[in-house]
Amino acid sequence: MYKIVSKRELAPKIKQIEIEALRLAKKALPGQFVIIRVDEEGERFPITITDTDSESGTIKIAFNEVGKSSKQLGNLNQGDSILDVVGPLGRPSEVSNFGTVLCIGGGVMVPGLHYLARALRDAGCDVIGVVGARTKELLIYTKEMKEVCSEVFISTDDGSEGFKGLEFIKDEILEKKKIDRVVAWSVAEVTLKTVSDITKPYEIPTMVLLSTIMVDGTGMCGCCRADVGGSTKFACVDGPEFDGHQVDWQLLTSRKRMYLPEERLAALTYEGFSK
Amino acid sequence: MAKLNLNRVSMPKQTPEERGKNFNEVAFGYTHEQALEEAGRCIQCKKRNCIVGCPVGVDIPEFILALREDNMVEAVKSLKAKNALPGICGRVCPQETQCEDVCTLGKKKAPIAIGRLERYVADWEIVHKDEIPKDIEKAEPTGKKVAVVGSGPAGLTVAADMAKLGHEVTMFEALHVAGGVLMYGIPEFRLPKKIVQGEVDYVKSLGVDLKLDSVIGKIALVDELFEEGYEAVFLGTGAGLPIFMKLPGENLNGIYSANEFLTRINLMKAYQFPKYDTPIMIGKRVAVIGGGNVAMDSARCALRLGAEEVYIAYRRSQTELPARAEEVENAMEEGIVFKFLTAPVRYHSDKRGWVRAMECIQMELGEPDDSGRRRPIPIEGSEFTLDVDVVVIAIGNRPNPLVPSTTEGLDTTKWGTLVADEETGKTTKDMVWAGGDIVTGAATVISAMGAGKNAVTAMHKKLMNIEGEE
Ligand SMILES: Cc1cc2nc3c(=O)[nH]c(=O)nc-3n(C[C@H](O)[C@H](O)[C@H](O)COP(=O)(O)OP(=O)(O)OC[C@H]3O[C@@H](n4cnc5c(N)ncnc54)[C@H](O)[C@@H]3O)c2cc1C
Ligand SMILES: Cc1cc2nc3c(=O)[nH]c(=O)nc-3n(C[C@H](O)[C@H](O)[C@H](O)COP(=O)(O)OP(=O)(O)OC[C@H]3O[C@@H](n4cnc5c(N)ncnc54)[C@H](O)[C@@H]3O)c2cc1C
Ligand code: SF4
Ligand code: SF4
Ligand code: FES
Repeated sequence: MYKIVSKRELAPKIKQIEIEALRLAKKALPGQFVIIRVDEEGERFPITITDTDSESGTIKIAFNEVGKSSKQLGNLNQGDSILDVVGPLGRPSEVSNFGTVLCIGGGVMVPGLHYLARALRDAGCDVIGVVGARTKELLIYTKEMKEVCSEVFISTDDGSEGFKGLEFIKDEILEKKKIDRVVAWSVAEVTLKTVSDITKPYEIPTMVLLSTIMVDGTGMCGCCRADVGGSTKFACVDGPEFDGHQVDWQLLTSRKRMYLPEERLAALTYEGFSK
Repeated sequence: MAKLNLNRVSMPKQTPEERGKNFNEVAFGYTHEQALEEAGRCIQCKKRNCIVGCPVGVDIPEFILALREDNMVEAVKSLKAKNALPGICGRVCPQETQCEDVCTLGKKKAPIAIGRLERYVADWEIVHKDEIPKDIEKAEPTGKKVAVVGSGPAGLTVAADMAKLGHEVTMFEALHVAGGVLMYGIPEFRLPKKIVQGEVDYVKSLGVDLKLDSVIGKIALVDELFEEGYEAVFLGTGAGLPIFMKLPGENLNGIYSANEFLTRINLMKAYQFPKYDTPIMIGKRVAVIGGGNVAMDSARCALRLGAEEVYIAYRRSQTELPARAEEVENAMEEGIVFKFLTAPVRYHSDKRGWVRAMECIQMELGEPDDSGRRRPIPIEGSEFTLDVDVVVIAIGNRPNPLVPSTTEGLDTTKWGTLVADEETGKTTKDMVWAGGDIVTGAATVISAMGAGKNAVTAMHKKLMNIEGEE
């Protein structure tokens, strides 16, 4: 059992919790994730680690309440416990002095990306941030990103704050500055694909975090497979970050939608709308 | 000499119609009378062939004799002296290629049903626990800490035996339950999970500290275990990496590795969705690729989850099927359709990325290959298409590279298995032993246990500085 020691609402339906997990807190690095199983009937699902504190022995995660599992997790409070927290899984993001790194984060993935941006800055990089969300109420971790980035751009899908969409990256950033590396994290594939399409003509190495469906998270099932550069990769052990210019986006998107009807049923059952 | 009784007592089972609709165990096991009758057929050979056929050397005539004399406590003791998990082995050992293959009565095509008797004795023990004197002689504490990585049959064996020898054992398991393939792979209807957990509880009762949710290579490296004070490490991480065939369309929705398919069903209980959260896709027509136990289990799970038609596509013929004979028979009775000499070549999808058809090619058998089995050769122009909604790929597993790739000094073979001494399980790294599927590649429960036993002997000797007697 893993105890929740604090809980915070970052935006409507976006929560961050701090979990007691001694060994994990010592080992986890930016870009790695945990697999969570809330209770005995629960599924195993992956969530990115957004910070660690090796002294208090805790890790933090942030999540969107979108379906049954994440809502159930969001309903737990400080003092409650989670049945299983496994990790740190996946390869950590590469951290070294790359020069100027553009970190683009969407919605719930910004806190995790902040953890990486901080490490990149500490490694000597000049980090430029893009914080995005569907709409301005959902922008999170902007302040924290400003603390570790030399510059932060805001983007919303509906234009309610900052730039509308991501197209501005080309004219406002790539045309003006030499960017050595791009890291894009979002649970929405379109964001990752858009960014990869924008950076491709500039031949800037672009790492994207693929949030495939997972079961074990240790390379045992192949549920998380993605096609990268024409070969099959397991996101949980070969990733979750991959070269965005090599990803087969259509396959990724259709695999992520594999259980849509079942996910709806699970969410409705949980909320008591149906039997 | 008394007349040989060649009437092998059959084991009562659920009817095929019934069992196709539930996950309850297929075979009920012998009644006491049936067990005595079958045991009575054993002629107590002087030359005890059967023992040689058992990878862990169970004294078969001895336990059968005790059973026959209705001395159940003695039967349990004799059996458990060599095999700590008889309830499991009695159910899943491929007896027809091991103990029963060499039973003297096998020449008359009626070998003693050793597996069924073993199961009977083990199940009797569960019910009559209190009647068995507790004489687990646990040795004095040695003060030595031992780490066991993986809690499949190999890890469970090592953990139990090392604890009995007085060592302080911690067993690390990546998943949220212990038992390895016995929990996530082999389905409930063939091996009830209660039995596996009974064994896990027993191992814990010996003082073994079981740490679940602990992926070694991630949460701690092998070398870090030594830094934490463990003096010896046993690796029993199995062969859990699914092999795909690299065919066009293989990543379409609806195409599963057997590991994923079975894990969702057995470990995550997808057969009880939505009570349990993990979903599974079944559809009307399911094709399983392969011919081993894993393929049989996948096909029979699909059937139980409501598939109307389930095919097993195997590239060789019925004679070469590597699965346990009893399970092939069960699968056939249940109505699984076997497509022998058939292999997939590509998959076709609908507009939404779901598999809809599997293009296959017909094979013929050529000369025997390295494995001694006749090699399948595709027949040109024999392609045909099967409509399918779900495909399960069950062509085998390799060891997961997670531990070898994060541990310095562990040599692997070109198949990804660990290099280890055949007799002792000693790896190329100091104070690290290994056994089970991670050394042999996908094999059997009993061979994993046997490897565990060998490693225990070697580890104990080394830890206690006992000179070899050789
Ligand atoms: C490596 C990795 C890291 C991840 N990190 C995070 C993380 O840090 N925070 C996080 O919230 N999620 C993260 N995810 C996604 C997370 O695993 C899923 O959100 C989770 O499975 C949701 O389960 P559920 O039962 O609540 O929803 P489901 O029933 O599984 O999903 C309901 C619907 O919501 C959509 N959806 C799924 N996830 C999201 C999301 N996060 N935002 C918006 N829509 C979504 C799905 O496509 C689906 O249609 C990560 C995934 C991977 C593979
Ligand atoms: C579907 C199926 C049916 C089978 N049917 C039969 C049968 O009828 N008869 C038979 O004899 N054999 C059968 N087998 C084969 C048999 O189950 C295996 O040979 C046996 O389980 C191998 O035992 P093991 O201890 O080596 O590994 P496993 O049982 O594979 O256990 C390994 C354990 O290690 C854990 N692990 C892996 N990596 C790590 C890590 N890095 N850190 C911590 N833990 C880790 C895994 O999660 C797992 O629990 C079957 C196999 C399958 C898949
Ligand atoms: S352990 Fe397996 S091989 Fe050995 S006697 Fe029992 S059933 Fe036969
Ligand atoms: S070989 Fe067969 S008949 Fe002979 S002792 Fe063994 S089990 Fe009994
Ligand atoms: S989640 Fe099972 S292999 Fe990646």
